[in-house]
Amino acid sequence: MKFNEIDANLLNTIANITEVPSGAVNIRKDGQPLIRMSSPNIIINPKQDKPGIDVIVKPGTKDESVHIPVLVTKAGLQDLVYNTFEIGEDADVTIIAGCGIHNDSHQDSGHDGIHEFIVKPGARVRYVEKHYGAGSGSGKRVLNPTTIVRMGCGSYAEMELVQIKGVDDTYRKTLAYVEDHAHLKIVERLLTHNDQQAQSEIEISIEGQDGSAQILSRSVAKDNSSQVFKAAMIGKAACTGHVECDSIIMGNAIIKAIPSLVAENSEAVLTHEAAIGKIAGEQLIKLMSLGLTETEAINTIIDGFLR
Amino acid sequence: MLRLEQVSMSVNQNNGDNKEILHNIDLEFDAGKLYAITGPNGGGKTSLAKVIMGIYGISTGKIYLHEEEISHLTVTERARKGIAYAFQQPPRFKGLTVGDLLKIADSDLDIIGLRKSLRDVGLCPEDYLDRDVGPGLSGGEMKRIEIAQVLARRAAVSIFDEPEAGVDLWTIQRLIGIIVNRYKDNPNNTAIIITHNENVLPICDEIIVLEEGRIRSRGTYEEVWPLIRDDIECKRRLECRGEMGYEIQ
Repeated sequence: MKFNEIDANLLNTIANITEVPSGAVNIRKDGQPLIRMSSPNIIINPKQDKPGIDVIVKPGTKDESVHIPVLVTKAGLQDLVYNTFEIGEDADVTIIAGCGIHNDSHQDSGHDGIHEFIVKPGARVRYVEKHYGAGSGSGKRVLNPTTIVRMGCGSYAEMELVQIKGVDDTYRKTLAYVEDHAHLKIVERLLTHNDQQAQSEIEISIEGQDGSAQILSRSVAKDNSSQVFKAAMIGKAACTGHVECDSIIMGNAIIKAIPSLVAENSEAVLTHEAAIGKIAGEQLIKLMSLGLTETEAINTIIDGFLR
Repeated sequence: MLRLEQVSMSVNQNNGDNKEILHNIDLEFDAGKLYAITGPNGGGKTSLAKVIMGIYGISTGKIYLHEEEISHLTVTERARKGIAYAFQQPPRFKGLTVGDLLKIADSDLDIIGLRKSLRDVGLCPEDYLDRDVGPGLSGGEMKRIEIAQVLARRAAVSIFDEPEAGVDLWTIQRLIGIIVNRYKDNPNNTAIIITHNENVLPICDEIIVLEEGRIRSRGTYEEVWPLIRDDIECKRRLECRGEMGYEIQ
């Protein structure tokens, strides 16, 4: 199947896809399935009661991936989808998600993705979700993802949540529950510019003995954009949790970073670090002394920071 | 190769007054020679280096590189013309790796060149190429990475600001050896080493002593050393007696 130019650009940006990938795939475009393929070990079924899919990874599945990108190119479309991922016991898989909106109109376009992950005992999953907005229209590109993660005993999940650029408005909510010996790592990278607004709320409840979790957030706010980042780590057992939010602020941007720690067990060890600052002058001068222009130096620092 | 004519530099103080840091400096640096700039703390050594790199502006005077005036050029333009500067305290970058910085220093470096650049400064490429230039690196490691970048640039004029600071004795000997091999008698390059290390002075062709923003003396090691030796000995005695506020161990 050959994608048109707009779709190809969006797919390449959010999921590094230039052609239909092998393995399990579900590409959703403008509220409808464009491509849907299961693999022997990863089954994709449409939900019967609401829009969306169930992705079922069989126990013991190793080194397989599933691609589930979403495209919104229709002016004025407000897409809503519910996806459920069940990662079977001792499976080890990668899920490449993401949403790209191309809007050339004056009407707002949006996508709300409600994702639920059930990571069974001993399973490992890496989830990558990139958001990107393009097009010349004055209509907003809006993305509001909600993610719920349930981590079974001894499971491991790494979630990379990235907003590349071009998304005018986003409200991201992430809730996670971590059982015994499970580990969850959430890495969020966010770039806002012009008048864009982004709010992200992450709450992780570590409920099991020796469970652990990390939230690592890196963000850059440029121009007149604004960001709110709330990260709450709740320790309900002997566990470890760490929250780290680091932001670069530029122009007239506004950033609020609100990390919070709640220990409900005396054996819980929870830590946080938060920093907001502009690009240091000495960093710019250093890169300029290697031959970069000031603009090149700024872009190099931002690209590295958000990598 | 590099010439400073009557260069002065001032800074604004908190009370609004101007304070002159460098006063009417005349200096010339020739290709194929190795120069040491030394002198007491606060004498203007780093300020002079930053003036040459364009980080600090000058209030009067002119700077020439290959007889072309560069006084008005930006840091970027001077870097592209062939001036490189190893910072005394190099900044850290979250998310940029050692390999990234070396590639910025010399975009032609391939993996073999990258590895050699690190080995030259005593760092194992496997351990460092992909490491963040962040808080995980010690001051000594940062210093060696900084020097590796300047060596990679192969600039006409390379300035090393206290390369010995924070680096162990074995490594500093190695670094100085590399600098000597690279720059001494090389008809296309010159190196300026800002140093407090008296072992570095004898290997340099010329020593410039800066004090209170003025050139106190300049010449060969044999000419200059007798003039500054007493000061260094005096400082040592003060240190031994604890009068400098700390003891030599």
